[in-house]
Amino acid sequence: MERLTFDLATQPLRELNTFLHNDAKDGKARHVTVLNPDGAHNIAVGLDCPVEVEIVGHAGYYAGGMNKSASVTITGSAGTGVAENMMSGKVHVKGFASNGAGASAHGGLLVIDGDAGLRCGISLKGGNIVVGGSVGSFSAFMAQAGRMVICGDAGDALGDSLYEAVLYVKGNVKSLGADAQYEPMTDEDIAAVASLLDQAGLDHDPKAFRRIASKRSLYHWNADANQEY
Amino acid sequence: MCGIVGLLVKTPALREKLGELMVPMLIGMTERGPDSAGLAVFGNPLAESQRKISVYSGLTEDGADFNWLGLSHELKAHLGVPVGIEIKGNHAVLTFDVAPAIVKRWIAEHHPKLHILSTGRSIDLYKDIGTPAEVAARYDFSKLTGSHLVGHTRMATESAVTPDRAHPFTAGEDFCLVHNGSLSNPNGIRRMLEPRGIHFETDNDTEAACRFLEWRLREGDDLETALQKGFEELDGFFTFLMGTPDKLALIRDPFACKPAVVAETDDYVAIASEFRSLAHLPGIKHATVFEPAPEEMYVWNA
Repeated sequence: MERLTFDLATQPLRELNTFLHNDAKDGKARHVTVLNPDGAHNIAVGLDCPVEVEIVGHAGYYAGGMNKSASVTITGSAGTGVAENMMSGKVHVKGFASNGAGASAHGGLLVIDGDAGLRCGISLKGGNIVVGGSVGSFSAFMAQAGRMVICGDAGDALGDSLYEAVLYVKGNVKSLGADAQYEPMTDEDIAAVASLLDQAGLDHDPKAFRRIASKRSLYHWNADANQEY
Repeated sequence: MCGIVGLLVKTPALREKLGELMVPMLIGMTERGPDSAGLAVFGNPLAESQRKISVYSGLTEDGADFNWLGLSHELKAHLGVPVGIEIKGNHAVLTFDVAPAIVKRWIAEHHPKLHILSTGRSIDLYKDIGTPAEVAARYDFSKLTGSHLVGHTRMATESAVTPDRAHPFTAGEDFCLVHNGSLSNPNGIRRMLEPRGIHFETDNDTEAACRFLEWRLREGDDLETALQKGFEELDGFFTFLMGTPDKLALIRDPFACKPAVVAETDDYVAIASEFRSLAHLPGIKHATVFEPAPEEMYVWNA
């Protein structure tokens, strides 16, 4: 069967997730539509095959969490922790996303067409995140690897205690976090932003973005810092 | 964890359905708050001189068998004025035409185990331990009518599971507050308010926030100014939803540690901790759904 529909108004969520973990992996469906998600938690979590899942409506917490290989689209908004700890594949939120979107994602691409809440990309470990709107405060906190492209504005303390992740912002940044700094955009950066925008299906001038990366001054203990950072 | 819900109807015809629309919202928050539930509903105000109090008898020996009619007769004999009464098991609403302090003092002296839930011209308040579905059935929440309401499902973290520590909390007249989160300075707030003659009924952190904001309103602040002072004085995690006779107000702490989502249509504004409590509302698929920003004030007029 190529396409299959689950209606969460009548079918239990566990039936859907069990199908996606087992039958979809065995190739029994390549495209699964989920109706009436109605804010349920843990929709399409832990997928590990290249199935396409379309969630029609608003998803609750952790939608598409731990995703591997699959492509999950949410036509409405996503609750806390969408695509949390994603390994690969793609999660696309067409509405807004709540706090902690893409937290600690190791790989894959998270696209949020609308705004993202606070702590977007916190502890990012290699995934890519493209946000069409703005991100809330403390985004990319302690982000270790991967890239974030923010087409709108950013809240307070963007990139606080950054490691090696790189952030690109088009709009205003309310404040940078400790140890984050603006750096010049190289041709490589412009190409990276262009490629991510292209994958996200968003139309912006890559040259209009600013690069933010770590000063690396927190990498080593400084006994003279006197707790002032 | 806890769940909050709020509903304000803009279309007058929906006032009759306020309770019916809200019950699934409250039950939708059961996983966030299974130990107690409650709500405050605001309707047409009584005449200027009249007051009503919601009273809970669950802490008395007779519980739901409490002799409410006897109480209203005694009160009538003592006050010399008519006392209206609406009884729902362990809950009653008493209506009278004298200063509420007189009635409350008499109740405290003669029935010290009765718990006064709310006072005002517009507010009725219900809260009790049990799952949201049990509490909703106990008080026929689905039949409630009015312009707006504030509800809560509780998973206790800061104080014991008892009816008086359930939410909403009230202070003064026609003001109530529900809270998802935990405050880190409730005792400091308490120590600041108690010398000003403000009396606390429980050790609950939310009560401190409720009494602080009501104190500011009583001191003459408008709601926005009071909420601004709340941002300055209240430390901790919170999504607060508050009700006054003509307003519903929402604030979240600067870290947005506790969730909230709003759905608005031409007919209503609905607020809940999570979208799953809004999913059943009529016209929700075409509603404007958004997440309220941290440290912003949202005030809707009834």
